[in-house]
Amino acid sequence: MGYSLSTEALSEVFKHLSLEYDLYAPRLYPKGGAFSDTDLVRYGKISSPEEIVLHEKSRFSWKETLLPISQTLFYFTEGSVLEPEQEQKGAVIFLRSCDLHALKRLNHIYLQNGPEDPYYRDRRDKLRFVLIGCKEPFSSCFCVDMGTNKTDGYDFSLDWEGDFWQIDCPNTEWQELFRRHAVCEQAVSPSYVTETKTRVHIPDHLTADVIKSTIWKEYDSRCIGCGRCNFVCPTCTCFTMQDLFYTDNGKAGERRRVWASCMADGFSDVAGGGSCRKTCGERMRYKVLHKALDFKMKSGFQMCVGCGRCDDACPEYISFSHCLNRLPEAIKEVNSDEAE
Amino acid sequence: MKQNEYVPFLSEIIEVIRHTEIEYTFRMKYLGDVKPGQFFEVSIPKYGEAPISVSGIGDGTIDLTIRRVGKVTNEIFERYEGGRMLLRGPYGNGFCLDDYKGKELVIVAGGTGVSPVRGVMDHFACHMPEIQSLTMIAGFKSPSDILFRDDFSRWSQRARVILTVDSGGGTEYREGLVTAYIPGLFFTDLANAAAIVVGPPAMMRFSIQALKNRGLEDSQIWISLERKMCCGIGKCGHCRINDTYVCLDGPVFPYAKGRALID
Repeated sequence: MGYSLSTEALSEVFKHLSLEYDLYAPRLYPKGGAFSDTDLVRYGKISSPEEIVLHEKSRFSWKETLLPISQTLFYFTEGSVLEPEQEQKGAVIFLRSCDLHALKRLNHIYLQNGPEDPYYRDRRDKLRFVLIGCKEPFSSCFCVDMGTNKTDGYDFSLDWEGDFWQIDCPNTEWQELFRRHAVCEQAVSPSYVTETKTRVHIPDHLTADVIKSTIWKEYDSRCIGCGRCNFVCPTCTCFTMQDLFYTDNGKAGERRRVWASCMADGFSDVAGGGSCRKTCGERMRYKVLHKALDFKMKSGFQMCVGCGRCDDACPEYISFSHCLNRLPEAIKEVNSDEAE
Repeated sequence: MKQNEYVPFLSEIIEVIRHTEIEYTFRMKYLGDVKPGQFFEVSIPKYGEAPISVSGIGDGTIDLTIRRVGKVTNEIFERYEGGRMLLRGPYGNGFCLDDYKGKELVIVAGGTGVSPVRGVMDHFACHMPEIQSLTMIAGFKSPSDILFRDDFSRWSQRARVILTVDSGGGTEYREGLVTAYIPGLFFTDLANAAAIVVGPPAMMRFSIQALKNRGLEDSQIWISLERKMCCGIGKCGHCRINDTYVCLDGPVFPYAKGRALID
């Protein structure tokens, strides 16, 4: 069901939702950017519609609301282990279509690959999603080519049109709330982009043979292995266990999981000093093929959602989308080497 | 919260067996089902967790052979003797003993690589009628690095055991790499041969090549891989190779599948 609401009316709706949920949306952190006098747009708690940043892409994705950067799994003392209490309050996440598609990827890892992750399951069940419509793509977006430009998995959608918020609300529990505050009821379909400036074509005949290509070596000198691409990615899910002990009582502490990056040192280290991927080129290949091939082999759908954040975040201006577009060239190279 | 796979349980240390200066086997109380080649995540508080292969399965016990890798584990070794340790698992597929029944089985292991296959060796050494023939080729760096000495002498009464050291063997031990003993392996029917290879990457690579030169097909070889595994349940991502999670799909792989895994 669709509704038109003024900003004041939507604020009232937010106020009502805030009783049960924290609201997370891309918002402005003035002077919070990496360089002096620059602002940062990232996810944070909001209380009113004006706080939502619509004209810019958030630097980080929403995934930290579901998978905290550092999460305590349990506390331990000498003989006992205690699980922390989980946050009871739910959360409403405001995100774009590509980011909502990322949820399916996160679910695949945390709910379907091996046993269910209890921390993820608990949090996931408390989340609701609000789709922010996209009228125009940002320059690095390539959602259309990844098939993630449209979605229907939202609780309600949000578009600013004319002087009103246009809302489509399939969630029947919230329809009455919108009806109460709406200026009018009408069919609304959230806006979505149908073409992007950045284009990507992943070859259908891509296989693991492409590992042998020499294109990966080029990244040895360009990539510095900082892992920014992983941390801004809405579909990167890797973590490392970390034990923390209290300085006042060395016998008590906690175990956490913290985000890990397959591009950074240490990710593939095994006991005794061995490491599976030492060069940045190998790590780039490992990451790119996970996003464009390996994940799909296992799940049946592509991992990358085309949000383009990795391209925005790279300090070395390495473009992931450009790398994907080089795959046909890499396949050709490998095939011709084998034919010789 | 629902059943939480990350929370370890306390297990009593029944016995600590000191093989070498840096490698001890902890015999732990464990009542559940477990297969050779599976692993447990062992919590060493302050240090974290480490995936450790089950090196032996007893009546209500499992053996975990742990190598001291630094200052912290050094302290931990002493502190836990006679105490308890936090474990979770078992994880991974483990060896399927049926794959080797009725076969002429050769196990090639290097260093701590003996741990995951010790249970396989133990089983068949105690059930020789289940197998055509049993050979083990085990290599260690030097005589002081040899693990499971008692087992080797026990196994050698029933199976063919070739124990070799890289150097310093003196008059007591053979010297040389495990690969030196593969060309001379005798099989009555090559088509009925099976081999398991576990050890450091280079040792595995050359052993597999030697087995293939000896006439074994890829489909007759099994391997067990060591990778960084933080969670053991397919979430943390560290052990992923292509579309395979070593902790879920492995660590034991038929070589025909394992050879396609490129880190």
